[in-house]
Amino acid sequence: MASKIYQWLDERLGFDDLYKSLLDRPEPHGTWWNTLGSATLFLFTMQVLTGIFLLVYYTPSPDHAYDSIQYIMNGVAFGWLIRGIHHWSATLMVLMVFLHMLRVFVTASYKYPRELTWVVGVFLLLTTLGLGLTGYLLPWNQRSYFATTVATEIAGLVPGIGPFITRTMRGGTDLSALTLSRFFAAHVWMLPLTLAGLIGVHLYLIIRHGESDYPTEED
Amino acid sequence: MGKSHEVSRRDFVKIMTGVAGTVIGAGITLPAVGYVLDPAIKSGGSGKEDWIDLGPLENYPIGEPTPFNFTRTQINGWEKTFSTNGLFVLRKSDTEVEVLSNVCTHLGCRVAWHEDKGEFICPCHDGVFDEDGNVISGPPPRPLDHLEFKVEDGNLFVLFKEG
Ligand code: HEM
Ligand code: FES
Repeated sequence: MASKIYQWLDERLGFDDLYKSLLDRPEPHGTWWNTLGSATLFLFTMQVLTGIFLLVYYTPSPDHAYDSIQYIMNGVAFGWLIRGIHHWSATLMVLMVFLHMLRVFVTASYKYPRELTWVVGVFLLLTTLGLGLTGYLLPWNQRSYFATTVATEIAGLVPGIGPFITRTMRGGTDLSALTLSRFFAAHVWMLPLTLAGLIGVHLYLIIRHGESDYPTEED
Repeated sequence: MGKSHEVSRRDFVKIMTGVAGTVIGAGITLPAVGYVLDPAIKSGGSGKEDWIDLGPLENYPIGEPTPFNFTRTQINGWEKTFSTNGLFVLRKSDTEVEVLSNVCTHLGCRVAWHEDKGEFICPCHDGVFDEDGNVISGPPPRPLDHLEFKVEDGNLFVLFKEG
């Protein structure tokens, strides 16, 4: 019965074809190092989910940001857990992306025909770091305030257009409510959507090329 | 590697993946549900009501409605709101007490006691009520609300209901 239902559905939806063309491909005899991209993908999924839940209580205004986070930590059931996961997998995600990049570099997997996978990867790294930067400000405490002051100052060291970059990031000359809300917008919509799109391209390329085998002595 | 060994190992991995996935999924979903429902659970089912202490009953003169104003603080999550509320205590005799809300039954403005006329008058649309809160003239559809009260050890308490 179950297999009949499955067949009926599959005839119309084409699960099997999808599976065959997307996942059922030959894999090199990889190591744990080959799982780092998937680990990053898992962490990204966790970030999206816990992030959505944090939004239930978080308020991106200078008056309420700090208090709303205090409330999440002490007032709401499991708030500490949701925030804790978001915090730690953010840290872990940056680490994973770096390790993943390192393994791709060490195994020389960025070579033909996977140059574009690497280039997309560079943007994945930058977007991930951007999420870290923008997320750090959101609690609106002393530490995040000054970290953002410093980070936007560093961005201002670019020759010529530096001060303009700083003002663009801050939404003015100083950190203000405008900074908080633009960091918020970047953190919850712009960067995650960018990242999701880039991940889509990244995975498409990986499916298209299959995973690289390890270099042999002749290489 | 025999074929049967191959299959059972594959199944084993599948099952373990399923188990791990379920555990992780449940470990996140259950707290998440509690997290979202939390304010609904904590605020309880009943509406908000409170006994307000109005002090010794004998402080209120007999024969005249006496206004009493109080501020209530509410904490909703990280936000504190203050609401100022008012009522009138009317002692008709030593034992007979009435407590009237000062909220006009028309559109909710606050009525004031006009001693000279012996009437409550609403400033918004000229609603007029008598001493007992009955409508004399104007748009209000019903008398002023009477609040439940009790006297304990000579102190007056009024049951205040939000909204
Ligand atoms: C959000 C961050 C990222 C995600 C979710 C992600 C995801 C993945 C996944 C699932 C794979 C499959 C193979 C594996 O896991 O090793 C992969 C492969 C690959 N990634 Fe990433 N990746 C990310 C960042 C990067 C970065 C920063 C680079 C380099 C700058 C990069 C370059 C590559 C390349 C070249 C491959 C192909 C490797 C091969 O075919 O052996 N990726 N990525
Ligand atoms: S609100 Fe009092 S008369 Fe309209």
